[in-house]
Amino acid sequence: MQVHRCGRDAALVELSGLDEVLGLHAALRAEEPSWLVELVPAATTLLVRFDRALTTMDRAIEHVAALEHSTVDGHDLGEVVIPVRYDGEDLAAVASRAGMTEAEVVERHTRARYTVAFCGFAPGFGYLTGLDRELWLPRRETPRTRVPAGSIALADQYAGVYPRSSPGGWHILGSTHLAVWDVDRDPPALLVPGTPVRFEVVR
Amino acid sequence: MITIVDPGPQALVQDMGRPGLAKLGVGCSGAADRRSLALANRLVGNPETLAGVEITFGGLVARFAEPALVAVTGAPCSVKVGARATDMYSPIHVRAGDELRLGRPSAGLRSYLAVRGGVDVPPVLGSRATDLLSGLGPEPLAAGAVLPIGVSTEDYPGVDLAPQAPYPAEPELRVLPGPRANWFTDDALQALCGDAYEVSPSSNRIGVRLSGPVLRRREPDRELPPEAMVLGALQVPPSGQPILFLADHPVTGGYPVIGVVEPQDLHLAAQLRPGQRIRFRAAAP
Repeated sequence: MQVHRCGRDAALVELSGLDEVLGLHAALRAEEPSWLVELVPAATTLLVRFDRALTTMDRAIEHVAALEHSTVDGHDLGEVVIPVRYDGEDLAAVASRAGMTEAEVVERHTRARYTVAFCGFAPGFGYLTGLDRELWLPRRETPRTRVPAGSIALADQYAGVYPRSSPGGWHILGSTHLAVWDVDRDPPALLVPGTPVRFEVVR
Repeated sequence: MITIVDPGPQALVQDMGRPGLAKLGVGCSGAADRRSLALANRLVGNPETLAGVEITFGGLVARFAEPALVAVTGAPCSVKVGARATDMYSPIHVRAGDELRLGRPSAGLRSYLAVRGGVDVPPVLGSRATDLLSGLGPEPLAAGAVLPIGVSTEDYPGVDLAPQAPYPAEPELRVLPGPRANWFTDDALQALCGDAYEVSPSSNRIGVRLSGPVLRRREPDRELPPEAMVLGALQVPPSGQPILFLADHPVTGGYPVIGVVEPQDLHLAAQLRPGQRIRFRAAAP
């Protein structure tokens, strides 16, 4: 673990990978130190923002470093099951690039167990890890200018659900009616970091 | 009720934003120059956090359907109420039917209009801020937009003018090195704090794009996995020309951050005009 200062009130904790990020995130979330303002997980880092009135950079860093080796269960949040109609524009292309049938893509996509690693790109867009390795594909060469809300997609090592209509370069396998993002709901995002997720076929 | 007759180049409803939601992919947003919005609110007896209007490069014309107490702060420009010229940084009484007109700022970029009671549009995720990156909050104000005014129960302010330091022609911003200063060559911090940078016309609320000394990486081909970005971060894309992140910055980014501008200098960063020159100085740790 390496810790970098990030301005006056945040430390960027660099870890070996997503599992450690999720572990430290869960540990800090469970402990909720009084000085903790915000945690922002990403692929290999966790940003820890603190209240300068309640602690110092050095003390916050020391605290985080001491937590590193504690055993944590990252799966303290309820599972989200996403019903999917697998009729996406890229299903056939994904199947052919992965060298399998469309039915096999669907089977592998629904069999995997995912975890929301971090959010980014757009409000409520969760990067899901756990995607079957056979389905790891680079992004589309030409991003689409408009991907509809609820699109079920994958790119690189991640699966995802487009929370709102937006441009996007991921491969679209299908769609869901489940609103993963709703500003009038509390919490607005279903896919918060650490959430276990799976996909289910609907016809 | 306020009706926007002409928004000028850009007018947005802003407050202090949506802190604490970055892990859901929602940036903080809010006023680019928070100090000026807070001051405008204080001048009309509001809590500092109420929503006002952020006006980029003046030009706003707004009609008031009811009497109101307003104040304009930030980038200095002419302020007229009807035919009457009045002052910035000062509470202004507006009568029903009056039109408020802002000229072009003589320095700085963003002016702030506060109204007693606050701009009372419906909040989204606890804030009335317009986030131009994620599309949350009210739409940018267009001619004909109508802004309800909230009800104030606070005491009236007892001041009639808040003195304002002039904006420096070539501001100096203090930078705390890190989190990724070690991704750059040994002389990069010196280069950053050496010659002046010029503000590019493609700057916006997401970031101030700068051109000047090139900041070189130790390993130009090394990729940085996306990581959290903070307000004031100086992110350096492969061109070596830094981008200073403002209120609507993305919550994560994939280019290394060489340093973070000190919070007390961010109001100056938010007032930078295209073509203006700035300098950076390493902050005491």
